Amino acid sequence: MANDILVFAEVRDGTFKRISAEMISAAKELAKKTGGGVAVAVVGNGVDAVAGEAASYPVDKVYTVKSPNLDTYSTQGYAQALLAVIAEADPAIVLFGATAMGKDLSSRTAAATGAALMTDCTEIDFDDGTLKATRPVYSGKVYAHVEASKEGLKMASIRPNIFPAAEKSGNSAASTDVSVNIDAASIKAKVLEVVASTTGRKDVTEAEIVVSGGRSLKSEENFKILEDLADAIGASVGASRAAVDAGYQPHSRQVGQTGKVVNPKLYIAVGISGAIQHLVGMRTSKVIVAINKDASAPIFQYADYGIDGDLFEVVPILTEEFKKLLGTA
Amino acid sequence: MKIGVMVKNVPDTESKIKLSADRKSIEMQGVKFVMNTYDEFAVEEALQLKEKLGADTTVTVFSLGPERLVETLRTALAMGADAAVHLTDPAFEGGDSIANAKVLAKAAEAEGFDLILGGKQGIDFDSAQTLSAVAEFLGMGQAQVVTDIEVGGDNTSLKVRRRIEGGDEIVDVTLPAIISCEKGLNEPRYASLPGIMKAKKKEIKKLGLSELGLSADEVGAAGSGTQVVGYSPLKERPPVKMLEGGPAEQAKELVRLLREEAKVL
Ligand SMILES: Cc1cc2nc3c(=O)[nH]c(=O)nc-3n(C[C@H](O)[C@H](O)[C@H](O)COP(=O)(O)OP(=O)(O)OC[C@H]3O[C@@H](n4cnc5c(N)ncnc54)[C@H](O)[C@@H]3O)c2cc1C
Ligand SMILES: Nc1ncnc2c1ncn2[C@@H]1O[C@H](COP(=O)(O)O)[C@@H](O)[C@H]1O
Repeated sequence: MANDILVFAEVRDGTFKRISAEMISAAKELAKKTGGGVAVAVVGNGVDAVAGEAASYPVDKVYTVKSPNLDTYSTQGYAQALLAVIAEADPAIVLFGATAMGKDLSSRTAAATGAALMTDCTEIDFDDGTLKATRPVYSGKVYAHVEASKEGLKMASIRPNIFPAAEKSGNSAASTDVSVNIDAASIKAKVLEVVASTTGRKDVTEAEIVVSGGRSLKSEENFKILEDLADAIGASVGASRAAVDAGYQPHSRQVGQTGKVVNPKLYIAVGISGAIQHLVGMRTSKVIVAINKDASAPIFQYADYGIDGDLFEVVPILTEEFKKLLGTA
Repeated sequence: MKIGVMVKNVPDTESKIKLSADRKSIEMQGVKFVMNTYDEFAVEEALQLKEKLGADTTVTVFSLGPERLVETLRTALAMGADAAVHLTDPAFEGGDSIANAKVLAKAAEAEGFDLILGGKQGIDFDSAQTLSAVAEFLGMGQAQVVTDIEVGGDNTSLKVRRRIEGGDEIVDVTLPAIISCEKGLNEPRYASLPGIMKAKKKEIKKLGLSELGLSADEVGAAGSGTQVVGYSPLKERPPVKMLEGGPAEQAKELVRLLREEAKVL
């Protein structure tokens, strides 16, 4: 129906990612305004269980596309599958998480359908008959207000941790298989292997709490004190570019303009000065804590709570306090 | 191998972004424009491939936008690119990334590239959309956010490493294809003095609507599905609460505030 909202479900390793539950929340908000329902597209191979899981959220419909050639993500394979769902479901709006997969797929399918696309939105609304979004631009120095300016299909990707994840409601929404012949030869870029990072933690973009360290940690070994802090509160570990350039942490953990943009509910910056290129990667975090021994460090201008002190003294004590509170000792 | 590189001219990361009084636009006076950070990796990778694959490899850079981007094209030429194309026409103004991708795809189509490189995203609008759309318009394969490229199969395929949440994907890419470059791929070179001198003499080809055989309603603002209607500054954060006392008191107080006041634990 042309006023429904379709959520592209991100599935990795057979799991329905949290971001997709967040997109269901966003879709429910939008559907109230468009007067339509919420549908979910599940694409992959052997995804019956995930499709069943998707149907247990408070949604109206689940569409599945299954093929051995969709076993791993590929832009062209998944685009063909999603285009077939769009043709069948005829939604007004398609939502994606602003993740590696969501950003990749949304622009390819928007180009294929001529849809209006807004990426990496932090606010979204449907008003006056059109889709409106707010998105940080110029590396997060200002917000741009963007509107769809033509009729027809609209698409948006929304940054993680903006909407709360929808809760399963014990629903069992109707499920429809959309059959598409995905030809292996039409997929020009194929995943041979997925190499998980060795850190064993959630990616900084997906974590609800991020603890980041700067050059002041002085060595890779010293990051152990941040790892301990992170363990105590279930956080991921990030780093400034200076710490990454010095080889203390891998680039996959770098937060900032040439690293990752994070949006956790709590960001703890430890021994980080707060250069603009770092700030743009974390300043939409809900609560920011800074620990720095220089009371005039710029990071304090962006923090909610500040500790003027030596990280090597403060962090171990803080870890113990967290353990006491949360019983994670 | 024929390599095309898409480069964008963007405000330097240090620039202050100032809004106009009506908040409808951004004041660009005094802003320094440079080559998009990620596009530097793309130019460098193209030049390294040329060095590796030999003389019949050519590198052509493209950029769409206002006159000031000629500087960015010159930089790419000075680094060692063979040719540069400036896509310019009043009709291109106000295009969103997908409208711009139509123009870029059209310009690239005529050249028959084996490989097109660009950046993972423009650090101006942070869209990360343009290159997937170009790939779709050209019917090419794509791999985004790439940190390693190996050429294989008699120069007909690539093995690339691309970054995703929590790890990397190793992807086999059949050429022709489009690759977007991420930090870590290489260390971009600086232009040498002879390079800069040589670049001054190279011609920068200009192509507009009619040369590309496009119509005005499919490009620029008219051909865009989205429109920026205004800007707003970031929300001010309340002043920081500095915690008093020695490390033990500060730590205790922080934990209490995070639970009771901020309610994030
Ligand atoms: C194009 C470009 C892109 C960039 N991209 C990024 C990016 O993505 N991410 C990023 O982070 N940076 C980026 N930068 C770099 C950025 O400008 C800064 O250089 C960098 O963020 C500084 O890292 P830092 O805060 O760890 O180090 P510093 O600036 O050296 O700060 C160290 C801080 O630690 C404090 N300190 C020292 N010892 C202690 C102690 N014992 N206890 C407590 N505090 C202590 C000091 O007071 C100081 O404030 C980029 C720069 C450019 C030009
Ligand atoms: N106007 C443009 N001219 C040339 N290349 C561009 C242009 N816009 C985007 N690109 C390319 O597409 C990449 C992603 O840009 P964006 O989609 O704007 O984030 C850039 O890094 C460039 O390689």
